[in-house]
Amino acid sequence: MATATATPPAPKTNRIGLQVLDYRGGKTTLCAGCGHNAISERIIDALYEMGVQPERVMKLSGIGCSSKSPAYFLSRAHSFNSVHGRMPSVATGAVLANRTMQALGVSGDGDSASIGMGQFVHLMRRNLPMIYIVENNGVYGLTKGQFSATADLGSKLKTGVINDLPPIDLCQMAIDLGATFVGRSFSGDKKQLLTMLKAAIAHKGTVLLDVISPCVTFNDHEGSTKSYKYMQEHDELVSEAGFVPSFEDINVEYEEGSTYNVTMHDGSHLSLRKLHEEYNPMDREKALNMLIEATGKNEVLTGVFYINTEKPTFVELLNLVDEPLATLPESRVRPSKAAFDDIMTRLQ
Amino acid sequence: MATEPVALGSKGSNGAGAAKTPAESSAANSSPAQKRVVNDFSIQVATVNGSGSQSANSVLLKSVFAMGIPVSGKNLFPSNIAGLPTWYTIRVSKHGYVARKKEIEVVVALNPETAKDDILSLQPNGVAVYEESFNLKQYRDDVHCYPVPFDKLTAAVCPEAKLRKLVRNMVFVGVLAQLLEMDLAVVEASLRKQFSKKVKAADLNWAAVQAGYEYAKETFTERSPYVVERMNLTEGKIIIDGNAAAGMGAVFAGVTVVMWYPITPSTSVVESTIDYLKHTRIEADGKATFAVVQAEDELAAIGGVLGAGWAGARSMTATSGPGISLMAEFAGLGYYAELPGVIFDVQRSGPSTGLPTRTQQCDIHSVAFLSHGDTKHPILIPGSVKECFDFAIAAFDLAEQAQTPVFVLSDLDLGMNNWMSEKFEYPTKPINRGKVLTAEELAKLGEFGRYRDVDGDGIGYRTLPGTDHPKAAYFTRGTGHNEKAQYSERPDDYIHNMERLDKKFETIRGMVPRPVVVQDGKSKIGIIAFGTSDFAVSESRDQLKKEFGVETDYLRLRAWPFTREVLDFVASHERVYVVEQNRDAQMLSLLKLDVPAAEVVKLRSIRYYGGLPLEARTVTDELVTQEGI
Repeated sequence: MATATATPPAPKTNRIGLQVLDYRGGKTTLCAGCGHNAISERIIDALYEMGVQPERVMKLSGIGCSSKSPAYFLSRAHSFNSVHGRMPSVATGAVLANRTMQALGVSGDGDSASIGMGQFVHLMRRNLPMIYIVENNGVYGLTKGQFSATADLGSKLKTGVINDLPPIDLCQMAIDLGATFVGRSFSGDKKQLLTMLKAAIAHKGTVLLDVISPCVTFNDHEGSTKSYKYMQEHDELVSEAGFVPSFEDINVEYEEGSTYNVTMHDGSHLSLRKLHEEYNPMDREKALNMLIEATGKNEVLTGVFYINTEKPTFVELLNLVDEPLATLPESRVRPSKAAFDDIMTRLQ
Repeated sequence: MATEPVALGSKGSNGAGAAKTPAESSAANSSPAQKRVVNDFSIQVATVNGSGSQSANSVLLKSVFAMGIPVSGKNLFPSNIAGLPTWYTIRVSKHGYVARKKEIEVVVALNPETAKDDILSLQPNGVAVYEESFNLKQYRDDVHCYPVPFDKLTAAVCPEAKLRKLVRNMVFVGVLAQLLEMDLAVVEASLRKQFSKKVKAADLNWAAVQAGYEYAKETFTERSPYVVERMNLTEGKIIIDGNAAAGMGAVFAGVTVVMWYPITPSTSVVESTIDYLKHTRIEADGKATFAVVQAEDELAAIGGVLGAGWAGARSMTATSGPGISLMAEFAGLGYYAELPGVIFDVQRSGPSTGLPTRTQQCDIHSVAFLSHGDTKHPILIPGSVKECFDFAIAAFDLAEQAQTPVFVLSDLDLGMNNWMSEKFEYPTKPINRGKVLTAEELAKLGEFGRYRDVDGDGIGYRTLPGTDHPKAAYFTRGTGHNEKAQYSERPDDYIHNMERLDKKFETIRGMVPRPVVVQDGKSKIGIIAFGTSDFAVSESRDQLKKEFGVETDYLRLRAWPFTREVLDFVASHERVYVVEQNRDAQMLSLLKLDVPAAEVVKLRSIRYYGGLPLEARTVTDELVTQEGI
């Protein structure tokens, strides 16, 4: 090998010394231009920038295009692609088995709002510590383009079929049911989505991120309300988010009075510059009203709608030991012979 | 008895139960006030659901037990909270028989709706204790009648009107104690143990027992032909129901995640588990080494179990038939993605909602092949409360060793009734977590393929989420995959994987509990049974020998897949009767899959599926009929 005088520049690394390459996954098999791919990219960026150890993450998903995407990021993390609409229960079991892991769920609108609605609502209600991303395109992609339950009223399929049922707003439901970090973004909005994902990583309870993600094959045409064009025209920012991780110095970006500054569980700071009149991320009722009104006005609100850093998580409610239940030694999970004998005596 | 026609009506053309044995006939012809029958009779207590008869029944059962006589109790209850008739049967048997027995010798009639039927169902020369106002003597002149003014006696010892309903039933315990010549001190001890933490309640109930006892002593001159005499056959034994035993087993197996949805008759598996967990698994700082989640439905319950199993926890759920149906899709994922988990199925009568509070062995087909595609699951089948405990522990070890869902198939009769048992044994083998690679082991190996058959037993090595090694992760999926857990639709990958799963099932065949075989090498007739059919079959074999001179060999199945002994047993007999509690001979058809074609003709079927526990006479009569004796 030839000697070189100039050493190549050291590859860029994050605070735990990993390169962005260490956060990559397999090659995507989704359509070119699919919003889901953009979301995978933002997940990679967020985990990299936050310096999350890939091995400390578990990825969970159901069935559908969205649920395939965990294969396309973070190959160094365990992943569980389960059955249609049932990721929430699998995540519940997995998180309880090992509370020290960062759980990251990826679902879709069909997976969460139709077949999985029963599990979705109960997960939100439990405030299980996890990030739950819904890649929402209003359509069933793998079965080639049927409406999902989040398709907007009047939205039109390529085939000309018009949706005559009202959409389910997963953010409204999540806030109502007890999730403690709820927001909506758009796969095409790099900055907003990345900021929200980073703040989500710092949050402890259930994070629900509803990410509008146009389906370029079946639902990105005139008449679709989940298309790139529609989103660009109707996306109404509620707030502009700035996020300062706990390991960086705080600098206040926004002037006081128009800003909500939220201290996250790990000491990070989320600053939200108020753009929308009714906006208050701590006020559950106002957040809900704002979303209901927006639906009436045909607006698609984006931003962080609701945060609650006080409510105990499911793991706290269950008062679990600090270590993962999964790997507790026999001495801590098999009661003693004395305890056994005592039970036998009582049964005599 | 009001329920008996139900049982007879559903027996189909078997005709079982109609024939009377010579012994029975002579008993029927004998007149009252004849010989004393000691420690060999059944007591039936007829009450209204929700009237608080459970404590009284339990005290009576445990008193007989404490006097050293083998005893069994069966609760026959409706799917209802309050108002419908319920019966509790206690069989007192010096021979140690614990199966249901059709004949009732002592009846306690406290339910006006069924009182007439209750006394009509009594054996001749039987004992009838009933509420005075029912005036039942008009219906029978061949039984001993003991009318009791329950309300008056209760009011005298319980001034507080709203408590009377709760202690009223205790009066019959006193009456029976006197009539059956029981040791009153033993009854008091049993009662005080029952109410151990509630002294006031104990005193009040004890007063009711005494009132009944005194009333009977002063009022009745006619003696009961049935009496209880001390024996020493229950020393060192315990009384427990199968569901509590299973829950206890789970706790001593080290279960850490429980996700469940309540359903009769499995609910008390988890309730007992919670109870034992709270007593034994809260650490000094008040924190729990377990998580119990009441899920939104059975789909979520098994989803949580498999998610937890994947992440490395010992996880379980308990359910019954309808829940099993709901778990089907996930069960297939568990099989194909190779996820450990333990599922207790406490069977009840199906199909559909069926008879929710009646017993059957009817989920064998659905559990064995639960889910679509080529799916199969190991099943452990406890035949006693002790095995409910032992097999719970075995199931957790097997699930993690074989990396697959394991089903424990119990039933309502075993699960919800109290059974006498030898003491359980504290597990001697350490917990076996199966093939799990640590980061250190991975560093040595350099790489790993999740579904690679390294050891030739069809079972790969797995890693747990959180294993601190860059090569530890793999992708778990229900879609087609290759050895490295990568998505694959290639026919060779698919077939290779499916064949390995089949090999794993063969490995499991060598890991499950072996059958219990009683064989003397001379008998041409073999009987195969499992689970709660064992109690009736054991008694039936004695009947066949004593009454008909027919010797039988017996094999009690304890698991599926079947082990070698099952095929040997079939091979070494001319005729093999498979006894089971379902209509379609489900276990017989499973056997047909394994038994060589030439020997299938040997297999015969004895079935009962009326929803009541199987009794010996049904088996005896049917076998005798089919044998042409």
